[in-house]
Amino acid sequence: MDIMSAFIRRPATASVLSLIGVLLFYFIFGGVDLEKLGGAASWLNYAARIGIVAIPVGLLMISGEIDISIGAMIPAGAMATAIISGYYGLPIIFGILGALGIGVIVGLINGVLAVRTTVPTLIITLGTLIAMQGIVLAGSVILTGNASVPLSAPDWAKTLFGQLIFGGSHQVVIIWWLAFTLLGWFILHQSRFGNWIFAMGGDKVSARNAGIPVDRFTILLFVLTATSASFVGMCHAILFNSAQVSGGMNDIFNIIASVVVGGVLLSGGFGSVPGIFIGTITFAIVNKGIDFTDIDRNWSSLIIGVMLLAAVLMNNRFRNMALNYVPRKKDKGGSAK
Amino acid sequence: MTEKTAVLELRNVNKSFGPIDVLHDISLKVNAGEVLCLLGDNGAGKSTLIKTLAGVHKPTSGEMFMDGEKVSFERPKDAADRGIATVHQFGGTFPLMTIGRSFFVGVEPTKRIGPFRIFDRKTANETAVKAVQEFGITRIDDGDRLIGGLSGGERQSLAIARAVHFGARVLILDEPTAALGVKQASHVLRIVLEAKKRGLAVIFITHQVTHAMAVGDHFAVLIRGALAANFMRGEKSREEITDLMAGGEALADLDTEIESHMETHEGHPPPPAH
Ligand SMILES: Nc1ncnc2c1ncn2[C@@H]1O[C@H](COP(=O)(O)OP(=O)(O)OP(=O)(O)O)[C@@H](O)[C@H]1O
Ligand SMILES: [Mg+2]
Repeated sequence: MDIMSAFIRRPATASVLSLIGVLLFYFIFGGVDLEKLGGAASWLNYAARIGIVAIPVGLLMISGEIDISIGAMIPAGAMATAIISGYYGLPIIFGILGALGIGVIVGLINGVLAVRTTVPTLIITLGTLIAMQGIVLAGSVILTGNASVPLSAPDWAKTLFGQLIFGGSHQVVIIWWLAFTLLGWFILHQSRFGNWIFAMGGDKVSARNAGIPVDRFTILLFVLTATSASFVGMCHAILFNSAQVSGGMNDIFNIIASVVVGGVLLSGGFGSVPGIFIGTITFAIVNKGIDFTDIDRNWSSLIIGVMLLAAVLMNNRFRNMALNYVPRKKDKGGSAK
Repeated sequence: MTEKTAVLELRNVNKSFGPIDVLHDISLKVNAGEVLCLLGDNGAGKSTLIKTLAGVHKPTSGEMFMDGEKVSFERPKDAADRGIATVHQFGGTFPLMTIGRSFFVGVEPTKRIGPFRIFDRKTANETAVKAVQEFGITRIDDGDRLIGGLSGGERQSLAIARAVHFGARVLILDEPTAALGVKQASHVLRIVLEAKKRGLAVIFITHQVTHAMAVGDHFAVLIRGALAANFMRGEKSREEITDLMAGGEALADLDTEIESHMETHEGHPPPPAH
């Protein structure tokens, strides 16, 4: 009983149930070979791509803000790396620093605008999203005359960011994803800064009055989201030896969907890193796992939509249960309401 | 009352927002171990007055003293550091945080594990639960419960217990009983008295005469931003207080008193009618 109610009060519960639900669905209706799916790299690689960004985006959403410019930052990071170290042939370290630097700059712009104005961050980051799409496209065409730029990275960079591991087709970014998740978990759930993030998402004014450096933290979180996205782009450019201009719209929705499936409240103040982690896995399995089933790939959007709704409804329900949760009944009669 | 230094004193405080004058020449003393009831009609300026005390607003002119020493608050944190704690209408402002976590927002207890400093959830929960139980709210016994799951009165009690725990000397309560039923309100009133017994100065805003009469030692009535009456317990009858709270409409002479008061403040546009 107690274990059950403790389970239900966790923000990650709905994502665990979603994951089980999706696996059951694919197993029963898609005839999926679970062993084959478990050993497959495609969904794990994809989970790592969106998961690295989903962790900081989740923290940002818990703090009550949102960042959709991440969609443009993945190709921006890839392009920066490829242009600097591929087209201009500078050492790869400049490409890496360039990619991360672009993330820091865009994150700073988003963050400073967010704390200096009252414009909702959805709108602010919509602006930087579109602006960055323009910069990436125009920049690569003007500088290189092409929307696709080749790159060849030295071994050490390949080993760190763009290698296949386990002798198969798993990408090294999976390890980065695990590291990001561990770090995010520590920050949000173990350090005192996590408490600040929850407080900011609950009520910014009260958080500020309690002495929390709300503005600096908001800016920092925006820098983390944008930089994590350009980091993913950089890794991909090194892995695939090239970078292409793309809009990155799919990434935006997929990352935010993973975070929401993971139990983070869109309006802030509630969520967990284990939830985001499992939400990302769930999302990746729905998206890539369908290839391992007999189900026609064209149905995948429908399945994603239904799963998203089911997860959000469950999240709502469980959050209410957590709110109304009263511990064990008191022995004294009459105190129960 | 013997002459002792007031914990908090206002001298000739004015506050205007641009062209709108909200507070006129307020002089007021708040003593330790005393409940000051701040009364007045809607829009009289009660919230503005306490926000000025709490460092949210800066007075346009006038001075504030704590223990006889002149103070000036640039931000709410300054007031909080001096021991002025404000509890807002709905108490806990972080409905989705646990009792333990919200109790310690900004002052989280940590413990060392190896090289890491970790939020000490156990200490946080135990301290929070103990603090609120000392105020007689024994129904709160699990620090992992979410604030949003507590009743309005429990939330108020927790917020007051928190202020006392962190050494507040002045406790400001803006309509803490406004949304509460009779039983819950009496809970909160009892906690107000308990805070007073511990030597805090309490500033209590309410629209309910019964609540004011139940806990107040000292009453100050604001009418259109001016201090229209300032008296001790027992100096005025319930009816007189009720009239005053209604904005003094029933007391013609008081109205003229205010008007003459206004005239001495040349340059001020007539206050907004309510
Ligand atoms: N930031 C502000 N800018 C301009 N005017 C303000 C501001 N804050 C308050 N006022 C005005 O000051 C007057 C007093 O407001 P205040 O909130 O202090 O009243 P109150 O006594 O607390 O009323 P209530 O009982 O309804 O809470 C109102 O006319 C209000 O419109
Ligand atoms: Mg008010």
